[in-house]
Amino acid sequence: MTEAMLELVDLNVYYGAIHALRGVSLRVNPGEVVTLIGANGAGKTTTLAAACGLLKSRTGDVRYAGASIAGVPTHQLVARGLVMAPEGRGIFPALTVEENLRLGAYSRRDKPAIEKDLQRGFDIFPRLAERKRQKGGTLSGGEQQMLAIARALMARPKLLLLDEPSLGLAPLIVQTIFETIDTISKEGVTILLVEQNANIALKHSHRAYVIESGSIEFAGTSAELRSDPRVKAAYLGE
Amino acid sequence: MAEADITSQLLQYSANGLAKGSTYALMAVGYTLVYGVLQLINFAHAEVYMLGSHFAYYQARWAGYLPEDSAGKPESVPIGLALGFVAVAMIACSLVGMLIERIAYRPLRNAGRLAPLITAIGVSLLLQYGGQAVFGTEPKLFPTFMETEVYELGPIKFPNTNVLIVLTTVVLMTALTLFVTKTRPGAAMRACSHDMKTARLMGINVNATISLTFGIGSAMAAVAGVLVAMDQPAITPLMGVQIGLKAFVAAVVGGIGSIPGAALGGLILGVSESVVGGLWETSYAEAVAFVFLIVVLLFKPSGLLGKATREKV
Amino acid sequence: MARTIAIFLAALAGCYGLNWFLAEFIEVVYVDYLNLIGIAIILAVSLNVVNGLTGQFSLGHAGFMAVGAFVASPISIWLTYGEFESGPLAHASLLHFGLALLACGVGAALVGVVVGAPALRLKGDYLAIATLGFGEITRIMLQSQDILGGPTGLKRIPKMPQLPGTAGWDGGTSTFWIFLVVAVLVILTVRLQRSTFGRALIAIRENELAAETMGIRSSRMKVMAFVYGAFFAGIAGALFAHYQHSVRPDDFTAVRSIGVVVMLVLGGLGSVTGAITGAVFVTLLPIMLRPVEESLASSGTPITGLSMIVYALLLIAFMIFRPQGIFGQRELSLKLLRSWVPSAVRGKGGKP
Repeated sequence: MTEAMLELVDLNVYYGAIHALRGVSLRVNPGEVVTLIGANGAGKTTTLAAACGLLKSRTGDVRYAGASIAGVPTHQLVARGLVMAPEGRGIFPALTVEENLRLGAYSRRDKPAIEKDLQRGFDIFPRLAERKRQKGGTLSGGEQQMLAIARALMARPKLLLLDEPSLGLAPLIVQTIFETIDTISKEGVTILLVEQNANIALKHSHRAYVIESGSIEFAGTSAELRSDPRVKAAYLGE
Repeated sequence: MAEADITSQLLQYSANGLAKGSTYALMAVGYTLVYGVLQLINFAHAEVYMLGSHFAYYQARWAGYLPEDSAGKPESVPIGLALGFVAVAMIACSLVGMLIERIAYRPLRNAGRLAPLITAIGVSLLLQYGGQAVFGTEPKLFPTFMETEVYELGPIKFPNTNVLIVLTTVVLMTALTLFVTKTRPGAAMRACSHDMKTARLMGINVNATISLTFGIGSAMAAVAGVLVAMDQPAITPLMGVQIGLKAFVAAVVGGIGSIPGAALGGLILGVSESVVGGLWETSYAEAVAFVFLIVVLLFKPSGLLGKATREKV
Repeated sequence: MARTIAIFLAALAGCYGLNWFLAEFIEVVYVDYLNLIGIAIILAVSLNVVNGLTGQFSLGHAGFMAVGAFVASPISIWLTYGEFESGPLAHASLLHFGLALLACGVGAALVGVVVGAPALRLKGDYLAIATLGFGEITRIMLQSQDILGGPTGLKRIPKMPQLPGTAGWDGGTSTFWIFLVVAVLVILTVRLQRSTFGRALIAIRENELAAETMGIRSSRMKVMAFVYGAFFAGIAGALFAHYQHSVRPDDFTAVRSIGVVVMLVLGGLGSVTGAITGAVFVTLLPIMLRPVEESLASSGTPITGLSMIVYALLLIAFMIFRPQGIFGQRELSLKLLRSWVPSAVRGKGGKP
């Protein structure tokens, strides 16, 4: 077995007295797109937050690129290539699109390459190029989501954590966003994405985990899960 | 003739007010930066200002420019040495400011907003009364850094201390604005003031950035402390109480979180206090700041240069 | 209702007994402490209705105290002596004192409407500094009113009236009145908390928008809570002035307003027992530390302001280790006490 890009080992996370994650373990191999699906409040976002150091787990370990990163602050992880794109509202609404993108490259110092990546971001999302002097808060929901992803890419992630990229978006825009995720993946970025929209997420990922009430219930390749009757009934609306 | 008299008086008081307003502006910056990031009224900021003037005072005293008993007349300090004293006071105050944040505010980062407000009051009281215990309650005569000269421009007189105060403020505020808008740590400060959690996701070290914010604000307060002490040469451990409240008001009037706002708010307050006190009634001058505060809050709660309110409550 | 009246009568009798007891057995200086505590309780419990119950952050209580003091004192002086000349102190008559208290409460409440109606549109810290500004303006304006004595304020404010049969108990008269007001305020406030009005205020604190969608007219309710607080702060100011027999505008600085908020936060915002505990604690602590300071001074190592330094340190430490205050939002009850017993670290420290 190759070394995992990200490995969560038996994570237990509490919010005060609430036991939010109950022994979550999962693994993302280099180059993979892995989906974590689950209902509202199942612990998806909590898992991401624990993976990128925003939350501390009480027990368990987080391993990234072969080293334990439990207790490592988020900002150091960004510099090491573990980057999270929060769901669409996590942009800076009072800053312009371009300022948002430049902040995404905060942990880098290679100026010429940053300019190139900025251009590349605009190539991937032409809508953002049109609106680059506009305040982030004036963008539509879909554009804000694009901005959140483009901004995460500015950090040159090795592992990209995507929180609910389809949340509150029209189907057509969801389609665009997931096509972009394919593109990013082909460029060699490993992706762990969290989704409520299991249908589309399972189509665009290699493997998937299903989380319910804070623990992983099913795991398998996305194709397997799509044909699993229980997953079908609970998450695919079939 | 009487009318011309009033005009020249008005100009004279406005000119005096510029100096006062500059010191308010330097102080207001510290409040506005911290509030911008933490939504905390850092009551202890006024005491950092007090410490700034005392740090400069004790350096002058140890260097032999001041008589041991507080009644004697101080000697003039050469300007180069004086700058050195100010620099040391700035560094010392930065450390104090960062220490306050580390001990009294950081442990309460997630405890809501009232608890840190109360510890801020606690730190403020601690430094006031601790200051009295250490420095004594007697007012101390501050050393002079230069011979007083008065420049005249038409009917208006500018004492050189006032010119120095205004120029220093302009230089520092410009430098600070450039720092915040053009540098990497400046960008981190702005990002933190917008959204601390998202800033963390950008790879910004939020704790370090908050420390830096306190450090910068405190250094500015140190300069304000020295400038005010030069102008009205007696310093006491309670000297921060009045200016602190007013400087915070200046920050709100100008628009909390905005550096140009702090400058504008400070200047407006300084000038109008000076004019009201000079032309009308001295005691009313003290109320001017609060009248401005209430008028601005009622009509433009985000302040003169503030951005549309981000309601975080 | 009958129960409330019974409680009130019991409180009245209690205050009467307290008056006698203090006058007969207790040294004046301790009576003074008690009076200060009583006034602090009035301030804290009344501000708690605004800051704790309704969740509006007012920092202007000293301003309303000042209004109350400077409305009641001249009325009381004029009614009692008929002039403002200097002379010996006298007791105000029951009628005159009652009129003065009523006038000051109403005056402070009116100011409360005038200040609250516009200011309560502001939220959070903005409301706090606006009300702080109101307090400072009031203080500064009072300083320049020559008719009210300017910065030196008013002197020879009459003593509070003696009740029938208490002629020999002068030492406890102020305490009687102060604690009578405490009793009235606490009874009213506890009833208010359990009323529809009180629940509306709590709803506003928890979620103003949701409260409005339920038909609560939040801006009106907020002003009413504010006026309630202002009324009793005014009374507290009047009691303070009468008990000291003199009053200056500088008795009512922003520091005093801040002090009341400190009492609330220490005790636990939103709890009447918390407010009372906070008021007792904040008033007594510096007083209790003073002997330590004096003994240090007499032993040759004086530390100026030691009591305040310790107070400040305790304040910081307390907030860091118990940011929700002593009681949180809960009231002191047997159940709460029982829940504390196992940990056994914290003493009772409560008040009835």
